[in-house]
Amino acid sequence: MTSLAMARRRATAARVWGQFRRSRQGMIGLGVLAVFALVALAAPLLADVRDLNPVFARAEGNAQWASPFDHPPLGTDYIRRSVWAQFVWGSRVSLFVGLAATVLTVLIGSVIGIVAGYLGGRSDGALMRVTEWFLVIPFLPLAIVLASVLGRSVWIIIFVIGITSWPSTARLVRAQVLTVKQRLFVDRARSLGAKGSHIVAHHVLPNVSGLILANATLAVPISILTETTLSFLGLGDPSSASWGKTLEEAFVNGAMVRNAWWYFIPAGFGILVVVLAFTLIGRTLEEIANPRLSRAR
Amino acid sequence: MLGSLLTLVFVLVFNFFLFRVVQTDPIGSLFRGRNVPQEVLDELRDEFGLDESQLTQFAYYVRETAQLNFGISYQSRQPVWDEIVSAVPATVTLVGISSILSAVIGTIGGIVAAWRRNTWKDHSITSGTMVFYSMPDFWLGMILLVIFAVVLGWFPVGGMVDIGSTETGLARLLDQAHHLFLPALTLTLAYLGEYTLVTRSSLLDVMGEDYLTVARAKGLRDAMVRNRHAVPNALLPVVTLAAINLGFVLSGAIAVEAVYSWPGLGKATADAIRGPDLPMLQGLFLLFSAAVILFNLLADLTYAWLDPRVEGA
Repeated sequence: MTSLAMARRRATAARVWGQFRRSRQGMIGLGVLAVFALVALAAPLLADVRDLNPVFARAEGNAQWASPFDHPPLGTDYIRRSVWAQFVWGSRVSLFVGLAATVLTVLIGSVIGIVAGYLGGRSDGALMRVTEWFLVIPFLPLAIVLASVLGRSVWIIIFVIGITSWPSTARLVRAQVLTVKQRLFVDRARSLGAKGSHIVAHHVLPNVSGLILANATLAVPISILTETTLSFLGLGDPSSASWGKTLEEAFVNGAMVRNAWWYFIPAGFGILVVVLAFTLIGRTLEEIANPRLSRAR
Repeated sequence: MLGSLLTLVFVLVFNFFLFRVVQTDPIGSLFRGRNVPQEVLDELRDEFGLDESQLTQFAYYVRETAQLNFGISYQSRQPVWDEIVSAVPATVTLVGISSILSAVIGTIGGIVAAWRRNTWKDHSITSGTMVFYSMPDFWLGMILLVIFAVVLGWFPVGGMVDIGSTETGLARLLDQAHHLFLPALTLTLAYLGEYTLVTRSSLLDVMGEDYLTVARAKGLRDAMVRNRHAVPNALLPVVTLAAINLGFVLSGAIAVEAVYSWPGLGKATADAIRGPDLPMLQGLFLLFSAAVILFNLLADLTYAWLDPRVEGA
């Protein structure tokens, strides 16, 4: 890449950040997310991983169903494990699955959107037909049957979310590619003898990347909520417990009838706050990428 | 029309191969960890048609599906179709009522928020709906259940009627309404946000139009401008959203039904996952997909009817 293009891209990044910094909702979202990212990264410092082990919890002398007042900060569950430790370590799994599934979603969606939009014609028709199929099939039931059949692991959950939620990204990217393709600089590059791969990499991609980023940020909440629901329905990975898995165990083991609110409030609250943070950031990025929206919001 | 049919065929093929090819031995997984004599296993495999070739199985599957025969549930040993049919009314009641309530309340909320843009009303409506929209619906259900059923005891903790109840007529209906309240409240709150946000942004788009200035210049009162001129033109995306959501009436409450043990399709799905009861899951998935495809088609037709400009597209 020439230094000219590098400089231009750096300038664009600086402009986007400048606009982002002025948005209150965007900065709140970013701040909240930073806190949770820190919790996830610093999990070993915040809670002993052995607290997740019921045998260790029993040896420690924890009581069953201890409230936060008896066992600070968040009490214990039905097999004496610390809820705080589950919250801290669960944040890792939930954030990781949410982000990884989104990366997969956006990767599949962008590749299909760019190929369909750039090639046009029959390949466009065929790809869009497949996209439509996936768009119409109800997303959660599809994820449920896939996960039921494939098994219970973090990687399968990521795969299932990625394979079921890419179509809206593909449609969005394709539409944007179609408009970029009409622009004069693409014709100019082509008349100078540029190959298709060069045009896609150097002219189309930079012009759709803003949109892809905004779309990706708004796709994270969907990924996180889907992972939560799948785990709650019993399709989660038994060996690495996400927030959704905590909610499932709380539900199955009767936390609600016992009014053990400390067991299921923290995990759900974590999901709510992280999802809100990503939504706020995503909306801000969307307004920057597509200024027509900010008039309305 | 043709597109919808093709999609349905795609779902059918997908459904078959997903369950038959990936999961090689459903009978084995049915008795996972239990000691079952080999001849019993063989007999069951034969009964479920599992020792034929893939192609024969597929032809068999298409024929049976066309006759609404989805096989026998592993768990209840009853025909899947009967199990599904008996669960439909509960789900349609619950999700139907919640959908109507959330569409009406959500749309009104969106109108108020847009019309009073950037006031405290707008901010509280927008942020309130965003919060409900961002939480897992079943978690909201768990919280409401603990507060109103466990701690306060105002409502039952689950089910559709009191256990062992022999009431009939009005008393039974009241009992069902009593059980319906909390899950319906949960779903209404969970669905609201979508309608509010769509209505708000659609109305804000319309509010910049010249004909509203004209209407005001004619001397029309504010409420008149809003109800006669602005809102009708902003409702098209809301109608489309409602029509599309109708397709999700059957599959929209899986986790919430599980929380409240509401005996509908969602709870049937949750139970089938635990099995896993593959014929049941397969039947439910087909039904859920067919419902969405059908209502998408209806939404397209309605859209073309409401907005003649769409016809050509």
